[in-house]
Amino acid sequence: MADQILPIHGSLDLTPPRERESTWLDELHSWVITVDHKKLGLMYMMMAIFFLLVAGAEVLCIRIQLAVPNNHFLSPQVFNRMFTMHGTTMVFLVGIPLVFAFANYLVPLQIGARDMAFPRLNAFSFWLTLLGGLLLYYSFLGGAGLYGMGNAPDVTWWAYAPLTAKAFSPGHATDYWALALIVAGFGTLGGAINVIATAFSLRCKGMTLMRMPLLTWLMVVDSGLLLVTITPLTAAQIMLVIDRYLGGHFFDTQAGGSALIWMHFFWIFGHPEVYVLVFPAFAIASEVIPVFSRKAIFGYPAMVAASVGIAFVSLGVWAHHMFTVGMTSVGNAFFVLSTMLVGIPTGIKIFNWVATMWGGKIRFRTPMLFATAFLGQFLLAGLTGIMLSVAPWNWQLHGSYFVIAHFHYILVGAIVFNTFAGIYYWFPKATGRMMNEKLGKWHFWLFFIGFHVTFDTMHFLGFEGMPRWIYTYPADRGWMSLNMIVSIGGMIQGVAVLVFAYNLIWSLFKGEKAGNDPWDAWTLEWSTASPPPDYNFATDPAVRSRRPLWDLKHPEDPDWKYE
Amino acid sequence: MLPKWLRVGWIAQLVFASVLALSSHAIAEGPKSTPSIFSPASTPASEIYHLSFFVLEITGAIFLTVAGLLIYVIIRFRARGGDDDASEPAQIYGSTQVELAWTVIPVLIVVVLFLTTARVIFAIQDAPQPQAALDVTVVGHQFWWEYRYPKQGIVAANELHVPLSSVAHPSPTYLNLLSADVDHSFWVPQLAGKIDLIPMHPNELWIDPQRPGVYLGQCAQFCGVQHANMLLRVYVDTPEEFAAWVQNQAKPGVQDPAVAEGRRVFETQACMNCHTVQGTAATGKFGPDLTHLMSRDTLASGIIPNTKENLRQWIKNPDTYKPGSLMPAMQLTDSQLDQVTAYLETLK
Repeated sequence: MADQILPIHGSLDLTPPRERESTWLDELHSWVITVDHKKLGLMYMMMAIFFLLVAGAEVLCIRIQLAVPNNHFLSPQVFNRMFTMHGTTMVFLVGIPLVFAFANYLVPLQIGARDMAFPRLNAFSFWLTLLGGLLLYYSFLGGAGLYGMGNAPDVTWWAYAPLTAKAFSPGHATDYWALALIVAGFGTLGGAINVIATAFSLRCKGMTLMRMPLLTWLMVVDSGLLLVTITPLTAAQIMLVIDRYLGGHFFDTQAGGSALIWMHFFWIFGHPEVYVLVFPAFAIASEVIPVFSRKAIFGYPAMVAASVGIAFVSLGVWAHHMFTVGMTSVGNAFFVLSTMLVGIPTGIKIFNWVATMWGGKIRFRTPMLFATAFLGQFLLAGLTGIMLSVAPWNWQLHGSYFVIAHFHYILVGAIVFNTFAGIYYWFPKATGRMMNEKLGKWHFWLFFIGFHVTFDTMHFLGFEGMPRWIYTYPADRGWMSLNMIVSIGGMIQGVAVLVFAYNLIWSLFKGEKAGNDPWDAWTLEWSTASPPPDYNFATDPAVRSRRPLWDLKHPEDPDWKYE
Repeated sequence: MLPKWLRVGWIAQLVFASVLALSSHAIAEGPKSTPSIFSPASTPASEIYHLSFFVLEITGAIFLTVAGLLIYVIIRFRARGGDDDASEPAQIYGSTQVELAWTVIPVLIVVVLFLTTARVIFAIQDAPQPQAALDVTVVGHQFWWEYRYPKQGIVAANELHVPLSSVAHPSPTYLNLLSADVDHSFWVPQLAGKIDLIPMHPNELWIDPQRPGVYLGQCAQFCGVQHANMLLRVYVDTPEEFAAWVQNQAKPGVQDPAVAEGRRVFETQACMNCHTVQGTAATGKFGPDLTHLMSRDTLASGIIPNTKENLRQWIKNPDTYKPGSLMPAMQLTDSQLDQVTAYLETLK
């Protein structure tokens, strides 16, 4: 229905597509040399999905090991590598590539640009990030260096000093960990610079900052946050390498170094990093919820302000990861307050999303199912975050399964759920085909049930005193039934992800043709062909409001009258 | 005050109780001693317990309100088959009053939560140490605990003995926490929150346990390959029991001529490089002090009962129970094993 008035006149590149190179080698070559933001976005996405499957397999091994007490499925050494690799992979090789997958593909399309501001830097950033991933996984083969066969880092993804010192972590696994993060970190910095430059300098005519789609806004704020936080992480990694190879003593407590300094460096990165990872989830929700509720986003300026507010406050909360290291009471109180403050802008966002749905005609297609589940789960994750910010209670909950439940509620309940929402939503744009709705519903419900069976239960394990990072536990602690339930939930999620992978491949070849605008949406990416041609728009589009396609479809009642 | 059945804390307690009860009956498990944070036995733990229920009441109320709203919206505003599909609902762009309301109310909630939290932080963390308090220095090692009682001149390992405290006769224990190698964390949920043991950064923690018994916990900061088996056992003794325990621990090791062969093995096969037995040539500091090994219920930092068979197998090959433990298998012959086990069995 919407196709009749689309595309925006002149916005579509009507020049005939060049003759397709036929051999697979040519095709592969075109991907390797590409500087096109869409291809790079898809490559980031493929990288993220690949490592999601790898890290998912790692965690299933962990869950098999923990299903019963005194299990011997994994040795302690292998178990410790598995959770270190799971965490590091999910944060650096899944979470951050997902930011750039969505940012790369969508920001230029949403602001009416033909590519990113620095296309070659874009390609360079992607390949650096991928190289970081390969370095990390090479440690399975070469991690023990001359000492023997394979190895992998086993120091947790926090890698607290002085466990990472040569004395306690011989071999090269820890070096690969540090190098991988340095290299991937440079890739991340390049990507972040690119997103900011693109949004600030390549917006089409009429698109003021306050008319940018919320996804673009969030990606800009996200990139700013990455610029500020990847830097101290990279600095700390370099200091670690100096300690290990050049006789430095930054973190060497035997020689007067400080274990606390590492914690501060790590968490001044690590806490804002959580927001870095969750902003794409916010971004996707801010696009999907209005379109499927058939309403404009409620309180756009408040949403922008809340995003910037969260980013700003998040830079002052890092030591709430350190309530148990023995800070002064005043120091603890400060970080309690700053952490609780994050709840205010976060609450504003949740209220605005719910208000957007209020009075709408909500269509529960697969993307909206995931986005709605996100709302409920993110609410609970925020509230358990408030519980953890209560320092005395944190002294109990820190390092327990309650914390694992809390942050997986964010990382899976918010980020992975909305990543799926985003993939179902933009897959038609990227491939020209719809994803299978029936498989999508199966995927959603299986994943939803598996998620809650796993992570709801984990909260109670934390209350019962089970710490994280343990490869086994005594039978008399009474943790067995809950652990069994958690493991079963994990397997259900695994099955759901397989359904998703099958759906992706099936839909790529056999999905229903999508057309330019299958969801009857309002932002500029839906005005061009699916998949968009090279350089996206033949002529620069011009917009007068936040929802240019709404204006086109409703000339009698356009948005710009009200904004 | 709301009637009891309406109060969130009570409802939350009910939910926890039923989940825990369900979980314990879902699969038949043996006798157990769960170190739950909701069964406090010492002032810091019970202060946290009461604070946690206050926070649960507030967050629970928020959850019910917002989740209720979300469910209402999902049911009330979902598109129905009968709707005219082409028409769009009324477009609403926002409302400053509404935005203000849902900014100000959370601010007020944060103020209340912060002030309540701050009170408990200062009450626990800055509590002055009474004269009568017992001092214990806790040293974390990969992968065991060392306990030093400076005033009593005692060194123990893995099983911490402290006196019972009561309102009438408060006798709290103040722990001074150090690390010999990497970061560890001391966590006995029923007695207090956890605190990390960080090299070059001494920390403090106090407990005043009010029920005698054994309290379980374990290291809560990843410290290497056997982090999972760095278990904690805190024995809360009545004053008489504690005095007797101190008296026994202060004695040098028993010297029984019947096990002289075993002692010779201990002192010639490198055991003494790492372990101390007071009153003998063995003064190693790297492993646990063994002067009163037989006064302990468990071996290997709480993972196996202290029986003759377990002790012999532990000496023969520590990796049987604790793969990656820093105690080497010394390749003793069977007779040497029997002798050294017999010797250690006399160290009461």
